[in-house]
Amino acid sequence: MMYRRYRYPSLWLEFDRLQREINRLSEPGAQKRGRGRVSFPAVNIWTNDDSTWVTAEVPGVDPKEIEIAIVGSTLTISGIRIPEESDENSRYHRQERGYGKFSRPIQLPFNVDANKVEANVKDGILSINLPRAEEDKPRKISVRSA
Amino acid sequence: MADEKSLDVQKQEILTGEETERTRECACYVPRTDIFETDQEIVLFADMPGVSSMNLDVTLEKNVLTINGNNEVQIPPGYTLDYQEYEPGDYQRRFTLSEEIDREKIEATMNNGVLRLTLPKAGPAKTRKINVKAG
Repeated sequence: MMYRRYRYPSLWLEFDRLQREINRLSEPGAQKRGRGRVSFPAVNIWTNDDSTWVTAEVPGVDPKEIEIAIVGSTLTISGIRIPEESDENSRYHRQERGYGKFSRPIQLPFNVDANKVEANVKDGILSINLPRAEEDKPRKISVRSA
Repeated sequence: MADEKSLDVQKQEILTGEETERTRECACYVPRTDIFETDQEIVLFADMPGVSSMNLDVTLEKNVLTINGNNEVQIPPGYTLDYQEYEPGDYQRRFTLSEEIDREKIEATMNNGVLRLTLPKAGPAKTRKINVKAG
């Protein structure tokens, strides 16, 4: 015990470190990367003036099972991830992958033109291109002098 | 069979090992994996979103199976990242296999960002019957 006191300036610092470690282990959502706990699928949103690009990690989800709905400026990604087939005699050594239904509404920065939305899945990454609605684009209004 | 797990987005970052140093400047994750065993084979599923079959490397050396997947991160040109929940990265994981594996018949397929690896067991169970000839 004396040894530890010499190594750390204060015993309390050591307790703090331990506390942080316990917190980190007990909350799998609290992590360095990302912004805390989010629901499936995790999305990244890219934008420019004319459109939004939403990418999501959907490994193991059949593209046919993914549904994309747009209402105004809300995008909803929903679908199901079906477990892999295994026969009854198989024994699991490890099961870390999750399954089930998901539905995720995402608020976009502007209204989109639902007719021009394009989505594709490549290597388990869903990417959706959402062009901004024409009437939603900023318009330049010229000011006339009277 | 174990209980069903719910969907989770959290990716576990790899711990810097003593033996390997990374030279690529991106995150590296431990892919989430299911492994099950039947009488004939061991089947492994690993979630590796963003990894195509071109960028996947699976090696079996002695009884250590190594999975390496490099992620080709595509940044849409002209866009800025406004909101980020996940960070693309590479995947690496190593397993020690206890069973003897028939190396010639290992099959690996990549489908929708999921690696499926079939490792057929080499048949030590197939005992050969030796006929004893009467002299």
